[in-house]
Amino acid sequence: MKFNTVIIGGGLSGLTAGIALAEAGQQVAIFSSGQSALHFNSGSLNLLGYDADHKPVTDPFEAIAALPAEHPYSRLGMERIKALMPRVGKMMADADIPVQGTDGTNHWRLSPLGDFKPAWLTFDGYPTFDSLQNMPWKCVAICGIDGFLDFYPRFLAAALRRKGVECMESSIAVDAVEHQRSSSSEMRAPNLAKVIDRKAVEQIAERLNALDPKAEAILFPAVVDMHDFGEMQHLRSLVKRPLYFAATMGASVPGVRVQQMLQRRFRRLGGAYMLGDTVERGRWSADGKRLECVRTTNFGDDCVQADQFIFAAGSFFSYGLDSTPQGVREPIFGLDVDASTDRNDWFNPDMFKPQPYMKFGLAVDDAQHARREGASVENVYVAGSALPGADAVTECSGAGIATLTALAAADAILNLKK
Amino acid sequence: MKTLDKHYDVIIIGGGATGAGTARDCALRGLSVLLIERFDYTAGATGRNHGLLHSGARYAVTDTESAEECIKENQILRRIARHCVEDTGGLFITLPEDDLAYQANFIEKCRAAGIDAQAIDPKEALRIEPSVNPDLIGAVTVPDGAVDPFRLTTANIIDAKRHGADVITYHEVVRFIIRNARVEGVVMRSYHTGEETEVHGSVVVNAGGIWGHGIAKLADININMFPAKGSLLIFGHRVNNTVINRCRKPANADILVPGDTICIIGTTSDRVPYDQVDNMQVTPEEVDILIREGSMLAPALATTRILRAYAGVRPLVASDDDPSGRSISRGIVCLDHAQRDGLEGFITITGGKLMTYRLMAEWATDMVCKKLGIDAKCTTAETPLPGSETPEEEKEEKGSNLRHTIDLPTEQLAAEGRHGTMADEIHWYENGDDTLVCECEEVSLGEVMYAIDKLNVHNLINLRRRTRLGMGTCQGQLCACRAAGLLDKADKCSIKALTDLGHFVNERLKGMIPVGWGESMRSIQFTQWLYNGVAGLDDLIAPDIAPQQSACKMPSDEATDTTSDTSNS
Repeated sequence: MKFNTVIIGGGLSGLTAGIALAEAGQQVAIFSSGQSALHFNSGSLNLLGYDADHKPVTDPFEAIAALPAEHPYSRLGMERIKALMPRVGKMMADADIPVQGTDGTNHWRLSPLGDFKPAWLTFDGYPTFDSLQNMPWKCVAICGIDGFLDFYPRFLAAALRRKGVECMESSIAVDAVEHQRSSSSEMRAPNLAKVIDRKAVEQIAERLNALDPKAEAILFPAVVDMHDFGEMQHLRSLVKRPLYFAATMGASVPGVRVQQMLQRRFRRLGGAYMLGDTVERGRWSADGKRLECVRTTNFGDDCVQADQFIFAAGSFFSYGLDSTPQGVREPIFGLDVDASTDRNDWFNPDMFKPQPYMKFGLAVDDAQHARREGASVENVYVAGSALPGADAVTECSGAGIATLTALAAADAILNLKK
Repeated sequence: MKTLDKHYDVIIIGGGATGAGTARDCALRGLSVLLIERFDYTAGATGRNHGLLHSGARYAVTDTESAEECIKENQILRRIARHCVEDTGGLFITLPEDDLAYQANFIEKCRAAGIDAQAIDPKEALRIEPSVNPDLIGAVTVPDGAVDPFRLTTANIIDAKRHGADVITYHEVVRFIIRNARVEGVVMRSYHTGEETEVHGSVVVNAGGIWGHGIAKLADININMFPAKGSLLIFGHRVNNTVINRCRKPANADILVPGDTICIIGTTSDRVPYDQVDNMQVTPEEVDILIREGSMLAPALATTRILRAYAGVRPLVASDDDPSGRSISRGIVCLDHAQRDGLEGFITITGGKLMTYRLMAEWATDMVCKKLGIDAKCTTAETPLPGSETPEEEKEEKGSNLRHTIDLPTEQLAAEGRHGTMADEIHWYENGDDTLVCECEEVSLGEVMYAIDKLNVHNLINLRRRTRLGMGTCQGQLCACRAAGLLDKADKCSIKALTDLGHFVNERLKGMIPVGWGESMRSIQFTQWLYNGVAGLDDLIAPDIAPQQSACKMPSDEATDTTSDTSNS
């Protein structure tokens, strides 16, 4: 088995790199051991939401210029970032994923608990706000589904009321999900989306149309349509008022949907997406400078070869990094990490403060090459949240780092070919 | 200052097992009772121990009196608190580095104390408990078990209330009302409002555990206590089904107790200053000792996921300056301050341990009755606690056990395990009552609503202590948020519910950081990503939002409570 490029990790970063390489005609394989972080997506992608003082960022370029040298964005440089950003919007469009906010400035999204957070790109159907001073509605209906606990009309209403919007909270029964309730653990967003079919969409529309006419718009939980945007758009066309989907807690229907649509795009370009296959270790060249092939759970002894590799396996949550009481390590190849070895230094005891461990990642050189035993590995690139130097949660930069560094890695590989 | 109209026979300070047990005993004997707790029931050492139903064997060699008390109370709790007790049995194992000669003396001392200790073949021990260290060279079975201190305390509170007791939580006693060398009442301060209230009673019982030292100080009385910190670790599943002890002189980390879905190794023992008892942090060194020694009992512990670390403070009463605290008697100390200090109407009940909470309550209540000139017998050794009324045998006769094991969904079985016969009060079949809120511990919507309505639940930490919500493998990732939504619906105050959620998630994190590697690190990252990155909870509890919702009452200063609670399982 031989590919031009093998990508370890099939989340947003791995898929972005895979699509870019496949579009350029490469034979690409992506190995994804499980579901990606996109499955918990908020409905938006972030570029840079907050500055070092946790002030919301309106002009991302200004804030990026102020980042420290070790930040992945600083390593990319402003010119590269500006050049790469439109390609992310184009990738979404080519994958039939409609997004709002492609002009490069931040807008606001509404979080599942009612926080307004800066966002870069927001998937179609979600409410976005250009300014928090002028809300688009005077009165809005926030309607949940009976028995579904991961949607919080009261928290959303509290947030909107603080901005002067009158809110009417309610809940509707949906026949299609009623039988889910007989199994007590099935009332989760993706489980609901699986059973909300055309007929259920029509019933939802009928019940939403019966809500108090005073509400100019309706917010409804994002539990419709795992496959693409079709059913969701159908529901919006049936509801006689502007209908917006609001993010839920836990596994995210729009996240799963976007993950699947990007996977489909990659496969249509000829890419091989190996879902549920784990890369276990690699075989190195005699001089130790090149990765020759990777052994995976499913391919067994058939070591999968490639000229180039991209490590996009994520941070601790996605098993791109692992830790023991003795330190932090990269668990697949034993690549060098950029992390403190003293576990006393890993955490801030206040979870609402920036966390030192969030900045841990794989050691890289300026070309995003991984390092092994202190030396750059010429054919392994690191992309996404496996990169060190950013607290992506606190600054809200995860999706931007994932996509832009993936495109940079893909470009580096394609430039080699030339 | 407000004054409560009612004059109580007895005012009890402290809502741990001892205070709750004393309130129940006093109420059963017909006294009018007020119990005052500064935070929540079980917020102190009661919620921060092994949850071990001691057979007494641990003390057989070093402290005969404690051993005898333990085995008697062990047998009583199996009768009166069956829904809080799990009969796991216990093993005392001898490892190659231990002295096997200790075992013979140990068995002899156990038997002398009335503890059924039987030496068995090490191979038989491995059969009974496959997780035990296979290198063992000796094994003794004893009647150890597991006891849930949260359920036990709550059941005592419920019964005290049923018999007329008043219970006030989130109020701290700040002063005594003393006239003519007699305590006539106390002044308590609300954590919610800071408001002070006078309350009068004939006798005041100090059942404050290690905090009893400070309570006595308010009356200018010095009790020379020995705050001994004990750190413990909770593992992600039940490695063992039988309690495993080391058959040697008591030392660090030599007891492994299974309980509910997890198991607990402990403890260390170190003297701490009084001013630190509200601020217990488990150190990396303690974690390392617990893992190392624990793996000697059950080697699987070395590779089992650790959910969290926590520490409690034993309220030992010092007799000398032993730096380890282990040679001090764990015996019960019941002080009549009239005799000891010339102050009438004031009693301190301390020392002892969770196992002997009922006996401590009996002693304290005996003393209260004597002071009041009331002749009433203690019945707590025979009267089952609420939830434990129906003996198992009768249930089987009625066929209810059979019905349960076949018919009931797991969340209903889980609720019955937690609340015993009181689970009958939980709604199941309407309004989505069977929807799961906490998946790890199978806590349903109906059970959460029952706890909010009936079990004095005002915040998520209260709810965790009553239902185990958030105590499971994921440590409250989504269930905390769902429960916050339900509390918000009940309280109609969103900013309060979100602030409470922030406190709860932060408190869970505190226990995870000392063991924050591997899956725990992963879990911490997920929690922070979900709550901060996706949901923005960090901004929602920010102080600049709070004043904007002044319409509803803000939560108590639970941050203090949160700090003090690295609580059990």
